[in-house]
Amino acid sequence: MTNNRIVDHPVLGRLADRKEITFTFDGTEYTGYEGDTVASALLAHGIRTLRVHEESKRPRSIYCNIGHCYECRVMVDDARGVRACLTPIKEGMVVSSGKGLPNPLDASIPPEELPRTYQEYEEQSKEGKGDTDA
Amino acid sequence: MILMHDVVIIGSGPAGLSAAIACRENDLDVVVLDEFPKAGGRLLGQLHQEPTGEWWNGVKETEKLLERANMLDTDIRLEVSVYHVEKVDDTFNIFTNKGTLEAKNILIATGAAESAAPIPGWTLPGVMSIGAAQVMTNVHRVKVGEKGIVVGVNVLSAAIAREMQLAGIDLHSMALPAANVITGDGSNPIKVMDGLARIAHLAPSKFIQFGSRFARASAFVRNTAVKFFPPGGVKMWGMPVHIRKAVTAIHGEEKVESVTICKVTTDGDPIPGTEEEVEVDFVCIAGGLYPLAELAAVMGVPFKYIEELGGHVPVHNEQMETDVEGLYVAGNITGIESAKVAGAQGTVAGYSIAKHALQDHSLEENITNAMEQVKTVRANASIQFHPKIDQGRARVAQAFEVNAINSDK
Repeated sequence: MTNNRIVDHPVLGRLADRKEITFTFDGTEYTGYEGDTVASALLAHGIRTLRVHEESKRPRSIYCNIGHCYECRVMVDDARGVRACLTPIKEGMVVSSGKGLPNPLDASIPPEELPRTYQEYEEQSKEGKGDTDA
Repeated sequence: MILMHDVVIIGSGPAGLSAAIACRENDLDVVVLDEFPKAGGRLLGQLHQEPTGEWWNGVKETEKLLERANMLDTDIRLEVSVYHVEKVDDTFNIFTNKGTLEAKNILIATGAAESAAPIPGWTLPGVMSIGAAQVMTNVHRVKVGEKGIVVGVNVLSAAIAREMQLAGIDLHSMALPAANVITGDGSNPIKVMDGLARIAHLAPSKFIQFGSRFARASAFVRNTAVKFFPPGGVKMWGMPVHIRKAVTAIHGEEKVESVTICKVTTDGDPIPGTEEEVEVDFVCIAGGLYPLAELAAVMGVPFKYIEELGGHVPVHNEQMETDVEGLYVAGNITGIESAKVAGAQGTVAGYSIAKHALQDHSLEENITNAMEQVKTVRANASIQFHPKIDQGRARVAQAFEVNAINSDK
């Protein structure tokens, strides 16, 4: 198990003992400490990827870590789009990574063949083109 | 029926907390809001050695402020995000994710945000802003990786690189971001050299002596120093700092695996054929700070672009008042300076608000003293983000006077 905690520090001193908190991320159980955010608790376990980009499905992690950039959006219990970097972990919290969304415009289609009207989009969909099930 | 507060303070950093303390000393009904789970703003996480050798520990400084605020029964509400503010007649409505508040006065002390310095591959997990690394390292006490590189050489990145070293995190080097339309001066070796004087006093090191010696020299000498900058970089606390090398791309499949670094001309243009690949598992991007001022903008406060203060700042006077009656600003929203200056400005704002709320003119003396304190703290600041802060401040004050004269007409 990865443990990236900075336990001893020459100026800040030794990390105080804190209450353990257990939560789940995408179905796996993790333990963090009181005062951890979802982002810090997961990074302590070596987990960087918190979501995938809605369209490209490429992995994303924290960028600013203080709530400005919204790169770390996850689902917490039933709430979508929650910033992992600002959310303290709580006992039994259910966190899931931000998921991709269906993309009606297949990236493999050359730009000149993309639908220009809704009618063209519907026609192409009937022909089975386009990424509709993400 | 919503309760009407004397003042709502947005931001619990050094400015917001200091203002809250001054307001509570005068028994105002104060609510402090912050979206971070801990009070202290970016004071939390700061850690550097003063020229006297003493450590400036942001966690401890925050504890001191909180102790005072709590002794005065200050209502501090965390995990509250303010997304809009409006003024109807004499009442400010503050819209948050946890309901709407009403207040007769507001102080916007939202601090600063980091400018982006985008380079290809920067969306990969493992790439983060330098401030993100600071919070992870010193506040959450979690390592951001095993071996990293800092992209961007400036006051903030040098200080935080040192903080990461103290926490036992291995840094390959510091280098410039590749030149593009956004990275601007940060990718220009001569401009970066100009900025190095401001970290000259941080702590003894070869790099810093190097920087200060040339940064105070003539432009010709300085440019010569840039021209003959050692190819192996100059060591700062054992870590090479490069101003003639730039990171041009970040690579990896699911996360950061390496970066491409290449030599650049004195103007920052990449020199073809000099590329090398460096294995790292994290990258910190340092593009500098700018005032986080959206809430003042939606309130219709006039703005002025002041380079020395880090960007667009809400126009205000030395008492921290704006053109909108009852709306005050303090801290980095008024210009990028150290946390100590922010705290001193917060005290000025707090007394100004108390004077306005209580119509108590005996507070003039507190305000004057607090304004003097801002100047003293600024003059003694060990970290200066811009050498011409005073000129920048004077231009904002002048803009406020001009606006006041025009509105009287």
